[in-house]
Amino acid sequence: MIKWGKLGALCLIVLMVVILVVMTGTKIAKQTTLGLDLRGGFEILYEVSPLDAKQNVTKQLLSDTEKALDKRVNALGMAEPSIQVEGDNRIRVQLAGVTDQERARNLIGKPAHLTFRDMQGNVLMEGRDLAESGAQGVLDSQTQQAVVTLQFKDAKKFADVTQKYVGQPMAIFLDDQPITTAIIKEIIPNGLARIDGQEDIQKAKELAAILNAGVLPVKMKEVFSTSVGAKLGQEALQSGVKAGMIGTLLVFVFMMVYYRMPGVIACITLVAYIYLLILLQNLMGATLTLPGIAAFVLGIGMAVDANIIMYERMKEELYSGKSYLSALRAGSKRSLRTILDANVTSVIGALVLFYFGSSAIRGFAVTLILSIVVSLLTAVAGSRFLLSLAVRSNAFNKPVYYGARGRDQHE
Amino acid sequence: MSDKCTDYRFDFVTHRKKYFILSAFLIVAGIISLCTMNLNLGIDFKSGTRIQVQIGKVFNEDDVKQTVEKIGLKPGSITTAGSKNDMAVLQFPEPLHKDQVAALTKAVQAAYGNHVDVQESMVNPMISRELARSALYSILIASVGIVIYTTIRFEFRFALSSIAALLHNVFLVITLFSLFQIEVDLPFIAAILTIVGYSIHDNIIIFDRIRDNLKRVKVKTVQDVEHVVNYSIGQTLARSINTVLTVLICSLALYIFGGESIRNFTLALIIGLTFGAYSSIFIASQIWVSWRGYDFKRKCM
Repeated sequence: MIKWGKLGALCLIVLMVVILVVMTGTKIAKQTTLGLDLRGGFEILYEVSPLDAKQNVTKQLLSDTEKALDKRVNALGMAEPSIQVEGDNRIRVQLAGVTDQERARNLIGKPAHLTFRDMQGNVLMEGRDLAESGAQGVLDSQTQQAVVTLQFKDAKKFADVTQKYVGQPMAIFLDDQPITTAIIKEIIPNGLARIDGQEDIQKAKELAAILNAGVLPVKMKEVFSTSVGAKLGQEALQSGVKAGMIGTLLVFVFMMVYYRMPGVIACITLVAYIYLLILLQNLMGATLTLPGIAAFVLGIGMAVDANIIMYERMKEELYSGKSYLSALRAGSKRSLRTILDANVTSVIGALVLFYFGSSAIRGFAVTLILSIVVSLLTAVAGSRFLLSLAVRSNAFNKPVYYGARGRDQHE
Repeated sequence: MSDKCTDYRFDFVTHRKKYFILSAFLIVAGIISLCTMNLNLGIDFKSGTRIQVQIGKVFNEDDVKQTVEKIGLKPGSITTAGSKNDMAVLQFPEPLHKDQVAALTKAVQAAYGNHVDVQESMVNPMISRELARSALYSILIASVGIVIYTTIRFEFRFALSSIAALLHNVFLVITLFSLFQIEVDLPFIAAILTIVGYSIHDNIIIFDRIRDNLKRVKVKTVQDVEHVVNYSIGQTLARSINTVLTVLICSLALYIFGGESIRNFTLALIIGLTFGAYSSIFIASQIWVSWRGYDFKRKCM
């Protein structure tokens, strides 16, 4: 006799999952942070070396450089920079979705040896005399003119310089390129100066960013770089998502044809798996990269495997003459240990990847580990729960519903 | 369920020497290929600059070469790629400066229009050596970790047979990439490590079943051991085939529709997963049978 309560509960849960995914799925998918290979952008690994031989590259120096770079990138109004110190002397900069890559790259990569010189080219002050982020592009509250204000570390030194050169122009050089010239109008005793006559606030901010960067007493050399054009990135994303969808749909068809009723349940838990994985990635703030999509699709394979192991076990138990319910119980119990053992080894592999891999591979490893954890939840626990509802409802009491051969039962 | 474990349809065990010979042949071929042709290393491991230009229509490689040479750059090679043959891949043996890349972008855009898009990667020799080294370490450490886990959960013989099959799979993937001179890049390592994880995954499911069946049967002769293995493989065969099928479906979809940048990655996966399925049935289990049978004979005598 069919138990309509259980069958109803099953249908209700399935319906709820479908509604949830349909209602919020696209929204969540749109919130995913895309890696630079999927939206264009660039990644550069810099090797940091000191400007003069007396200095050493210390942890402090690296983290100062990191902070200064971050400020510089933010000052340029570029979104979501990722700047990390790597190893003893490297800094990795990732910028996704930058439209003018060349300009950004020039600005960031500038090792920026900033000097203040007189008209004869004598160096009066250096970038390191400027206080950290001592330059600011602001609008003068009285004149509404864009200006750059400067704060020097050593007020006395600056006062001496201004005293000596009052009335004369002072040029600011970045490396050997003059950026701007300002006339010293008066003796400045407090270490505070301003450069007037900026075109607009944007230009003023940019100049301030360059000046601040000049505070960094380091040289940066590009040792690794990769850049992806925005159109190429979008194309990669589209084809990756399309490939994932086609692959998933084919797997759905296979599961439903081969495993019938449990196969349908596997598909529903797979939908939940994909949904949860995207949601988790978003919550963790993880970035989706191309290898990440690959790991995602591979994770679908692993999740399907868990289902297959369980269903095959269940079929065997059916063949040995057990009832549907006890076949399900024995099948899921026995398959669980196998699935756990197999997945732990995969996690070991992924952890090693994460520990030793570079950034792109790390994304892959994180997605793989997440997908294994989520698949245990959906493909093992979820699938088992739904299947037990289905079996208990007594609506599927024929071997054909399980893709099993009827004649083999009770042999 | 039959208690004797003699009820199986296929005999996987008897011909095991043939599988060993086949694999040995492939491995020797791999060694020869690696010694004579080496691997076609991409710039990820060799240093230099790789520039991928999306032109958006079919083009002539010589035209691109001329365009690039006009600004004083000499590409080591130019190849056509992309599903519509609309992409040019330029390899430079030396790392290009960012100004040179910018000049190149401008030049190809002047020649082919503003829709042209450029993807660039540059690696310094020092970095590429580090990458290769850390890749090798990753595989070794992952192997050790897996051996330890498998030895604790199963037994040493299972662990070593698994690792033998795993190295066999990895080596054969490298062999095929060498034989067909397919470019080896950074994602290739991710592929290799996925193969490592997956072939172990596959082995463990069969070994788990062998262990299960061994508990239920008293093995008295070498034949008994062979029967148990045949029976266990037979029991898990549907699962083995179906799993590799579903993963292959996914990987093939990625290969065909996934775009240029992951093509080599998915190719490595497809080859590795196929070998993984093959080796868990025909290599790992068979090494274990031979080893177990040998120990068994020694004890009995």
